[in-house]
Amino acid sequence: MSSIAEEMAKKQKEISVAEFFEKNKHILGFDSAPRALITAVKEAVDNSLDACEEAGILPELQIQVEKVDQNDFKVITEDNGPGIIKKQIPNIFARLLYGSRFHSIRQARGQQGIGISAVVMYAQLTTGKPAKIWSKTSNAHAANYLELRLDTKKNQPEILNEDFVIWEKDHGTKLEVQLKGKYIGGKQSIIEYLKGTAIVNPHARITYIPPDDPMIVFERATENMPPTTKEVKPHPEGIELGELISMAKNSHADKMSSFLVEDFSRISNRVAREILDIAKVPQGRKPKEMTLEQAKSILSAIKEVKIMAPETDCLSPIGPSLIKKGLKNVLGDVKADFYAPPMSRDPSVYAGNPFIVEVGIVYGGQLNKQDQVQILRFANRVPLMYQQGACVITKAVESVDWRRYGLEQRGGYGIPYGPAIILVHVASSKIPFTSESKEAIADIEQIKQEIELALKACGRTLKTHLSKVSRREKTRLKFEIVAEILPKIAEKSAKIVRKPIPKLGGTITKIMNIVWVDDKIEFEKKKHKVEINVYNYTPANRSMELIIVLPNNGAKLTKAKPEPVIEKEGQVLLWPIKKLSSTESAKINFELSGLDKDSYDENEIYVTGIDPLYIIGAEPLPGDWDIEKLIMTETPQEEEGAEEEEEEADYDEEGEVLSDEE
Amino acid sequence: MKNNSRNNDERRYKQAVDQLTGIAETIYAQIDKGQIPKMVIPLRTKSNIKFDPKTSVWKYGKASGARTAKKLKGAQMLLRTMYMLEFIEDMIDENKSSTLREMYYISEGWEKAKFEAQEESNLLAEDLEIITGCLREDFKLRPEENGASILGNVTITEYDRKGRKKKINCRDDVGDSGYGIPYNVEKDKITINDVDADFILAIETGGMFDRLIENGFDEDANAILVHLKGQPARSTRRFIKRLNEEQGIPVATFTDGDPWSFRIHASIAYGAIKTAHISEYLATPATEFVGITATDILQYKLPTDKLTDRDIQALKAELTDPRFNDSFWKSEIETMLEIGKKAEQQALAKYGLDYVTDKYLPEKLAEIDLLK
Repeated sequence: MSSIAEEMAKKQKEISVAEFFEKNKHILGFDSAPRALITAVKEAVDNSLDACEEAGILPELQIQVEKVDQNDFKVITEDNGPGIIKKQIPNIFARLLYGSRFHSIRQARGQQGIGISAVVMYAQLTTGKPAKIWSKTSNAHAANYLELRLDTKKNQPEILNEDFVIWEKDHGTKLEVQLKGKYIGGKQSIIEYLKGTAIVNPHARITYIPPDDPMIVFERATENMPPTTKEVKPHPEGIELGELISMAKNSHADKMSSFLVEDFSRISNRVAREILDIAKVPQGRKPKEMTLEQAKSILSAIKEVKIMAPETDCLSPIGPSLIKKGLKNVLGDVKADFYAPPMSRDPSVYAGNPFIVEVGIVYGGQLNKQDQVQILRFANRVPLMYQQGACVITKAVESVDWRRYGLEQRGGYGIPYGPAIILVHVASSKIPFTSESKEAIADIEQIKQEIELALKACGRTLKTHLSKVSRREKTRLKFEIVAEILPKIAEKSAKIVRKPIPKLGGTITKIMNIVWVDDKIEFEKKKHKVEINVYNYTPANRSMELIIVLPNNGAKLTKAKPEPVIEKEGQVLLWPIKKLSSTESAKINFELSGLDKDSYDENEIYVTGIDPLYIIGAEPLPGDWDIEKLIMTETPQEEEGAEEEEEEADYDEEGEVLSDEE
Repeated sequence: MKNNSRNNDERRYKQAVDQLTGIAETIYAQIDKGQIPKMVIPLRTKSNIKFDPKTSVWKYGKASGARTAKKLKGAQMLLRTMYMLEFIEDMIDENKSSTLREMYYISEGWEKAKFEAQEESNLLAEDLEIITGCLREDFKLRPEENGASILGNVTITEYDRKGRKKKINCRDDVGDSGYGIPYNVEKDKITINDVDADFILAIETGGMFDRLIENGFDEDANAILVHLKGQPARSTRRFIKRLNEEQGIPVATFTDGDPWSFRIHASIAYGAIKTAHISEYLATPATEFVGITATDILQYKLPTDKLTDRDIQALKAELTDPRFNDSFWKSEIETMLEIGKKAEQQALAKYGLDYVTDKYLPEKLAEIDLLK
């Protein structure tokens, strides 16, 4: 990336910025009319969100797209950010490669300082209209108003008009540009971009006023700001030759050893010595005098020395609970059946750059069963709209065998089919994009692997959910038989043979032949109230132990009836159920506090001490759990003479067409 | 005579009621003992039809399946059975009868036991026949008229709806469309008095039936023509069977050349899978096939249609159908699959309207010695 930036900087001397822009339209995101419009919105939104977060302000954004005529559109974006002091406004909006973030190592949306000024320039080149900027800082009485152009020969801003204006806002920035574009709907549209943005930025409130349709508001799903990210020095393993040379040139250190220690992260004096010894570079040499050869040997020495992994507090993952909230908030109208608990992996490293992968899956509801699943890709909380096929996220999704997790996939490879949306977020201090247009993440093995692991973890919870649903469905059918059909059969047959209606108990337990664990959760007065009923629909007495595993997220057990045995520091609750008679039921209640509503919407229920084949509504206890000592020693009672194990064919399921007719 | 038949009827109906009540008793006893109610019925599949050397027709074999309340579908069918029993017993009680279609509509009021399609209620009526050994007529259920007809020198006596005897010659006393075969062709309804014909030709389509009549084939060949109207109804097959059995008239089927037509022949000559429990009454063994074969398509260079996917599927199914397990059918079915073509019987018109009566049928019938 830096090499391109350097190249650009060099070229600026030789060719005009306008010419450069014209040549590189595609990599800057202006290669087509519809895309130009989206890019304009995107760059403004990225900047606004970054600014708000840096200032610790909950973002409140308004985006308006107005149709001027057939080809021309006005894009007006407004935020409640800290505002920009007047001196900086021209540089930020009308000078390419000017940005505060260019040399910082931290997770942020914008990195290059090309984005917003490229929008201003594209607008200027296509419509000739200047950009209008309003900005007010919190202690100012009025807003600064500027009309700007970019001098394309000198890459310098040009102020056409300036003024002070009254603005009711305390602080914020507003930008208006007029540009050529095309307004479209579909997968790659402004609304989809904003939807994606709202999902991964649940702390932002975003209002969108489209040209023809009514206004849309994405309310915020949380009042908590994402934790601020720390700026860190570059990690030696991620450094490239050019970067090393320019860092050495600009370093304030006067010795090579202190240059390495001060300007990089994770290099101690000992490590610096080791590197320089291997590279055969004198420790006392001035960094400014480092030769190309020496730079090369330092780079290869870095590979040989053991260096601690980079710090990860420069990253800001969204976190499982907010991903779920964001998805629910924005995709509410899909009425999904299931939001798989999102997965945030632990930080990992590629080429010295820390990164984190997060995955969420939405399933069912009004999502189309026949379609390919929708993949929502995000990099540093920015939706990726284009080049899906080239992105490592897509490649990782394709290489997972989704058939194991309940989705259709021909041959176990490719984008699966089914009513699902898969969200993948990659956060990093340096996202390795395939190109400057920042639409696809490069296929880097470590990243792909992390995404796959996260997808699989999420897929497993989906699978568990689906098998639970299908078992519930089977139980429901059995209930329909015993509750609605069997009584009628009994009644009718009794009437025909003129006898009293027979008792159904025996038949019911034989048909059901299950122990049904039925649970429900209610959220009331900031407490989760859980009720579990265990019905014995088998012909014999049943004993078992029922186990609840509480999530590791600060849930506190405040009440329980009957009293459970508590294990594993309060995370595991265990109730013995002894000799539950045929057709009888047992009830368990407990209360949890300390969680918000969405953080606990499914009980994790296990049973032991009973043949799992009898159980519906709970999982058998995984064998590798270390609560063996708690499990009943009493051997489960023998089944009474294995009831007529039928091997008869089912008359109604033979499924052969009897008709000879066409 | 009249009295006799009424007594006869009453005996039949009483037996049906006893048998049906027996089914309800079994179900009742199972529930009373705390068991899962179920009925065991011979499997009505092609793998469970066996040749019966005594009668020379195909009947259900020993394999059976259970309809149990363990599964939703089975439970539903058992409940439907109870409703149907009650309905039939009520009809017999009140001396009423209904068509199969009416029976299907009656189930509208059965809530959970309502039939989804008429096919379902027809199949259940057949299940009851199989279990009880009665015929659906004994249950006061009758099919819709299907319009099959017969034309030829056959004299019968029919009791009309008012109980009057009517003597009918099926050539001289009827119009060009022939005598309409009623749904009941048993002896209490129809007596066969006299037949003067060398053979019966059972024809699949109305167009061909009309062509043969227009060409005077019935008289020229001294044949009885039967219009099957596609897959023949029980009464059509039964009537053919009676003519064959009582009067010793040989039978040949004349159909299109496609997998479905082969099945028409099979249901007349061997017995249909769906009604294999009464093949004895319906099938006429020794029935010959003079319909269009794959060999005919090639030999007579007939105009053809491409086999559809369903046709191909049906042909392949026939290859594993025991009824077609002989060298003639195997080779014809395989040839048809190979050429991928089928032909209608009316395709013979390629060579003129008289070709079928002047050339095709005389040749085919001569092969089986029905025509000299």
